[in-house]
Amino acid sequence: MDLLGFGHLLWSGAWVTIQLALVSLVFGLVFGMSGAAAKLSSVAPLRWLATAYTTVIRGTPELLLVLTIYFGGSMLLMAIASEFGYSDYIEVSAFGAGVAALSIAFGAYATEVFRGAILAVPRGQWEAAYVMGMGPVQTFSYIILPQVWRLALPGLGNLFQVLLKDTALVSVVGLNDLMRQAYVATGSTKQPFTFYLAAALIYLGMTVLATAATTWMEWLANPAARAPQGNRA
Amino acid sequence: MNWSWTVIWESLPRLLDSALLTLELVLVSGVLGLLLAIPLALMRTSSRGWLRALPFGYIFFFRGTPLLVQIFLIYYGTSQFSLFRETILWSVFSQPYWCAIIAFTLNTAAYSAELIRGAIQGIPKGELEAADALGMSSLLKIRRIVLPRAFGIVLPAYGNELILMLKGSSLASTITLLDLTGMARTIIARTYTPLEIFFAAGMIYLAINGCLILGFRLLERKLNRYQYFRAPDVDNASVEPSA
Repeated sequence: MDLLGFGHLLWSGAWVTIQLALVSLVFGLVFGMSGAAAKLSSVAPLRWLATAYTTVIRGTPELLLVLTIYFGGSMLLMAIASEFGYSDYIEVSAFGAGVAALSIAFGAYATEVFRGAILAVPRGQWEAAYVMGMGPVQTFSYIILPQVWRLALPGLGNLFQVLLKDTALVSVVGLNDLMRQAYVATGSTKQPFTFYLAAALIYLGMTVLATAATTWMEWLANPAARAPQGNRA
Repeated sequence: MNWSWTVIWESLPRLLDSALLTLELVLVSGVLGLLLAIPLALMRTSSRGWLRALPFGYIFFFRGTPLLVQIFLIYYGTSQFSLFRETILWSVFSQPYWCAIIAFTLNTAAYSAELIRGAIQGIPKGELEAADALGMSSLLKIRRIVLPRAFGIVLPAYGNELILMLKGSSLASTITLLDLTGMARTIIARTYTPLEIFFAAGMIYLAINGCLILGFRLLERKLNRYQYFRAPDVDNASVEPSA
């Protein structure tokens, strides 16, 4: 795809978009897991903290979060750094701000997905593991987590779609992602419809691939559905 | 860092004022989107294959691409064609307000259509068969049975969609509209207090969402009251076997 010589620009932007989405996914999963652990914790302040986190983040626009972290982040970091005697200027990169904002947003929704998945594992399995002499950490990593993964996958797949589309917001603070490159190409060719449509189609291709990947992982995670009919009994 | 409550207090009237534009955007495109979504959902549940296939491409495109691209396609993209630039259409497509409304409407219609389709398919089959048995025409069945029933089923999910829309409406600020986010950015450009003003804007969004959630919960309690009905506990109220 050449697109008046701007095709390579769009592809390089698409690559930045993919990197942003994948890095945010990794951090977002960590936030989500920690959030779920805090929500299910027996320590009340941890539960309150997690509830405040999910309520505030899910109730405010992602764009506002991106803007706050990009424009407010360096002020906040410098204030913290000056406490430790560091007084130079600290700048937050657009990519860093994007990863922070998107993973915080992803984590807030993933908290609920993980919480639901952990609660969906029957209590009897915890008790059975206890009877077998397993400690809580062993039980969680060998018995609960493999099942949580299977139960959480459909929800996480949907969240990843949302994350992928939200990466476009980071173009507002100047990251050279797909959206931003389409904007740049528009500036010199005066063909906004062509380039935004091209960008839209590339995003569409990415979401289709993400859906296919999720379906495939769900199939991998569910041996019962994968087994040939004859082996069931 | 010096956190300034005064700057929040001083910009609060302007922020609240711009929140009205945000509400207006959500309300207008929410109503228009719903009007568009209902026929789309009915087509998606039709028994005719070609009728089911028609809205698929539309829904697929609008759910699979970022809202920001859709807004830019409508606001900047339409200027590429003389069909838009040199006809009466330009009085609509040259204005960021109407472009935002059109983009939000098309976007929410695609998501809502899928929600309503799910609700229609969630109606117990027996109720539709009962309508057929009574000799209702398909239009009467849709008006009296399908839509009212689907409305009750879709309500909680539609509440979520409205919240997502409210959050999405912040993108109107990227095409120069002074909605809540746009106003916050304008104020910050002058005062350079991003943390305070974005915090204030975020709290206003949170408050609006809180009201939305509460409103939908009340509406659901009222419309789906059959689900909350508790029959008097006859079994245990009567004589208990003496131990």
